[in-house]
Amino acid sequence: MPQILVEGLSKTFRIAERKPGLWGAFGGLLHRRYRSVDALREVSFSIDEGELVGYIGPNGAGKSTTIKILSGILVPNSGRCEIQGRVPWKQRREHVATIGVVFGQRTQLWWDLPVIESFDLLRDIYRIPGSIYQSNRDELIDMLDLGSLLDVPVRQLSLGQRVRCDIAAALLHNPSILFLDEPTIGLDAVSQLSVRAFIKKICREQNVTVLLTTHDLDDIEALCDRILVLNDGRLLLDGTIADLRDRYGDSRYVAVELESITSVASAHESLVVERSESHILFSVESDVPRFVDEVLRLYPVKDLLITHPPIERVVASMYQAERVDQ
Amino acid sequence: MKPFLLHSYLAVVAARFRMLLQYRVAALAGVATQIFWGCIKLMVLGAFYAVAVTTPPMTFTAIVAYVWLGQVLIGLLPWNHDPELQELFTSGGVAYELLRPLDLYWFWFARTLAFRTAPTLLRMIPGVIFAVLVLPMIGLPEWALPPPASIAHGLMFSVSFIATVMLSCAITILITISMFWLIEARGLSTFMYGVVPVFSGMIVPLPLFPDWMQPFLHWQPFRGLCDVPFRIYSGDIPLSMATQEITLQLLWVVVLIAAGYSLISFARVRLVVQGG
Repeated sequence: MPQILVEGLSKTFRIAERKPGLWGAFGGLLHRRYRSVDALREVSFSIDEGELVGYIGPNGAGKSTTIKILSGILVPNSGRCEIQGRVPWKQRREHVATIGVVFGQRTQLWWDLPVIESFDLLRDIYRIPGSIYQSNRDELIDMLDLGSLLDVPVRQLSLGQRVRCDIAAALLHNPSILFLDEPTIGLDAVSQLSVRAFIKKICREQNVTVLLTTHDLDDIEALCDRILVLNDGRLLLDGTIADLRDRYGDSRYVAVELESITSVASAHESLVVERSESHILFSVESDVPRFVDEVLRLYPVKDLLITHPPIERVVASMYQAERVDQ
Repeated sequence: MKPFLLHSYLAVVAARFRMLLQYRVAALAGVATQIFWGCIKLMVLGAFYAVAVTTPPMTFTAIVAYVWLGQVLIGLLPWNHDPELQELFTSGGVAYELLRPLDLYWFWFARTLAFRTAPTLLRMIPGVIFAVLVLPMIGLPEWALPPPASIAHGLMFSVSFIATVMLSCAITILITISMFWLIEARGLSTFMYGVVPVFSGMIVPLPLFPDWMQPFLHWQPFRGLCDVPFRIYSGDIPLSMATQEITLQLLWVVVLIAAGYSLISFARVRLVVQGG
């Protein structure tokens, strides 16, 4: 049995609506109109121990809702979910003691307390035995380089520092599963790299299962072997990044650097993605060798590079394809 | 069902308590108001007592004890709620609260206990010094806070006072829980602001209300916040009645905790976390 099993999970939110303006406000007092929003529709997947899975999708796709159901915070309308044999929202207390969660946009640390006191409080709340706590804490402080931050009140930390502390706080009690909801949002490049390296490390070395939501596809490319793509509450894809490219982005980017400014041949105009004075970027769907041949003949080429399209483009084209289907 | 592990909850109380003790300036600002109001109330009630045609239902010493205990313990009155918990509801931080392996009700009870007691403790000390020591020194011994009627009354007061703290927390949590539905508890707080001080006896001691109101006043829950412990202290409630009164207080504690507990379980199912 997989460690995380999700079958046909659906969640609908009821949102109170009111008409704009003064009359709308009065009307809302008398009788309320509700609008249903399907945040999740029949989502199913399973994750095995030690996997590092990326969960992506546009804003409002239902990623956070999924994480909140999996961590026992929200109760779904229908569907099944079992994590390590427990139903999260029914056996919440037993369940949350074995998972760690980080919401990148909020902190779980106590705003006015120095970081170390927040850690100590978590020790008491999770009833972590003293020796385990000490070794975990020291290891996390070392790995995430928190030594100089421990006596600083949380409100004085920079975002990057705070996220690192938050990740440490989520791992003090030795969870076997880690849910990360946009852990790298708003981080600078250096912090982003260090957070990524750390996630990879604990997954590899301590066999922690990680489910990571993000908008940053670099995160996904750097970390995840497997991705789940969600759009509008539905699971679009469950597979590897290569699968994603095969299905939605089987083109090549041909970047050309020119010796001198030249105009683009009319046959190629539809293929141009970007153009600056001495650079042209083409997106080519088929027969790349012939296209390259043409380019070399038609333009004064100084340099040429063929790459995969960036994953952002792939995902964007997938969202578009799905929208057209509907 | 896991055993009720007190240690975790006590750690929450202790942490929040320490945090709240930092707000010393805000507490001191309240002290002057408390003392001022205590003096005003004693002047008004003293004037009434001076012209009373029938024997009033309480001795003036009992009134003085009632007024000062009320003023120094005013922070215990459940007419507001923890702004930190309010913040959790509006920002969606309530999600993190549910991530802790704690029972949500008792987790919040622990936080509320600290929220009610820490500022009260800060404000109590200067108030007591004024009411016990300063008043006799400036020639107003009859206005000073007297000691309990006897050691036995003092002990009974302590028991009743613990029940008061529990009662206050249980009511405060109900205000907090209302935020599951209302998001903002300001409306309910405003309502409580009107009701609690009157029906607890904070504004006017309850025995001074008209006779026809007494049966109602006797049974309602807010009376356990001031009237019961303060009158046990002064001996206005005799020892023979004290146990019965404390039992009534505790009964309300149990009822209100049960109400809060079931409301929280009910709200959990339909919880919506704000802000994604």
